[in-house]
Amino acid sequence: MQLEAIDIGFGYKKNSWIFRHVHMSVSRGEIVGLVGPSGAGKTTLGKILSGYEKPSEGLVRLNGSPLPSKGYHPVQLVFQHPEKAVNPKWRMKEILHEGWNPDDELLERLGIEKDWLRRWPNELSGGELQRFCVARALGPSTQFLIADEMTTMLDSITQAQIWQVVLDMAQKRNMGILVISHEAHLLNRICSRIIDISQV
Amino acid sequence: MSTLEIHDLSISFTKYSKGLRQETTQVIHNLNVSINKGEIVAVVGSSGSGKSLLAHAILGILPGNASVKGRIVYDGQELTEQRKAELRGTEIVIVPQSVKFLDPLMKIGSQVQTSVRKGNAAVAQKKIFEKYKLKPLVEKLFPFQLSGGMARRVLLSMAVVSEANVVIADEPTPGLDADVIKEAEISFRELADNGSAVMLITHDIEFALKTADKIAVFYAGTTVEVAPVSDFSGKGENLRHPYTKALWRALPQNEFIPIKGSQPLANHLPKGCPFAPRCENATLDCLKEMPEEKMLRGGMVRCLYAT
Repeated sequence: MQLEAIDIGFGYKKNSWIFRHVHMSVSRGEIVGLVGPSGAGKTTLGKILSGYEKPSEGLVRLNGSPLPSKGYHPVQLVFQHPEKAVNPKWRMKEILHEGWNPDDELLERLGIEKDWLRRWPNELSGGELQRFCVARALGPSTQFLIADEMTTMLDSITQAQIWQVVLDMAQKRNMGILVISHEAHLLNRICSRIIDISQV
Repeated sequence: MSTLEIHDLSISFTKYSKGLRQETTQVIHNLNVSINKGEIVAVVGSSGSGKSLLAHAILGILPGNASVKGRIVYDGQELTEQRKAELRGTEIVIVPQSVKFLDPLMKIGSQVQTSVRKGNAAVAQKKIFEKYKLKPLVEKLFPFQLSGGMARRVLLSMAVVSEANVVIADEPTPGLDADVIKEAEISFRELADNGSAVMLITHDIEFALKTADKIAVFYAGTTVEVAPVSDFSGKGENLRHPYTKALWRALPQNEFIPIKGSQPLANHLPKGCPFAPRCENATLDCLKEMPEEKMLRGGMVRCLYAT
């Protein structure tokens, strides 16, 4: 049971590569950090692993088979900027329920107020929106979560709050998590191993 | 004497709620903060607490439906809207949060050169790019072609080359790797040593502690505590406000324990202390009215029970 990248390369133009020959894997129940200098392609790799982007070469394998092309995606990505990841013309309730219906307990633990559900995305701050994006990604069919600078924009209390919920959920459901972050302290705290993108 | 002083600043927004009915939401309440020449003050708080608005109020770039009360004094003289317009970009500059603030149709190199005030613009720009490890190729790019970290370095370099008296940096660190953050710390310190007053608006306590001289902690639209950097140590025993203590304890390198709940929205603020609903030690007195600022052990705190 694992998410694998096999000899992946990506570039926007022919013969100009952002990265090449990347091999890595995350097993279920494992929490792995991904680090690297800015511009090295960490976000792009995250997008490839979750099916948002097709690699220019190489394969992504989930439990040995290709990523599914329809239905609820078992690899969920949470972006750094929640403002860009929500539909501005939907109310928060519709955004939250796009993939599944989170129960009240989860919402409460993430600090999502009932009242926020009736609001539009532009009425909430980044930290508040990010809680929705996390709740949205934690559906029962999520096998792997890719957290791309998920809490970089947030204060330490909100960061600890969100991670506590995510780690708890990961343990209960045996989810694998890939944490893309620059924050060494956070990675040391939660990850069992750390991959440097410039060395794979 | 302080280069920049802010007294009793309040900002509110008027918007239409239904039809022609208007409602006013106050987002910043009675805020006081001052920055001396050569000093770095970090304003730390969670997103949605109104930190960026503070910067925009100083520069006079708030949207039209905002109304500002209170006094902002720069260099001994009150900053009026007209004076703000004259000074911004020359004596008071901002390092904005994202590339969205750059001109999307202008190449990066010439854009950075526009903010150089003295000497040869092209030389200054090349020098600063070298310092921030931006390749010469970046000069010819447009803003949309930059990665997050590159954009941040470009924005930072624009403020550094301007050599302004007041530099306000709005979230300068997210998405930067450790080397560039180190470089940013050094540049802010250099700016301060050259006589600028620097205000760092950030949620990144670690960065604030390494860079700043004092920290102003922001919660739900006001400063709840101003503390010297040295008070942030151990389990936070020297800190004055329960919110600051909670922030400190929630860091991954400390205990990584969150507190419950979330910051109240600006239009649903409790009548008393904004932190009372999340505070363990809150009493009925806390719910009555917002605690006044009081000076304590070389810092400021807004809490009835701070010791």
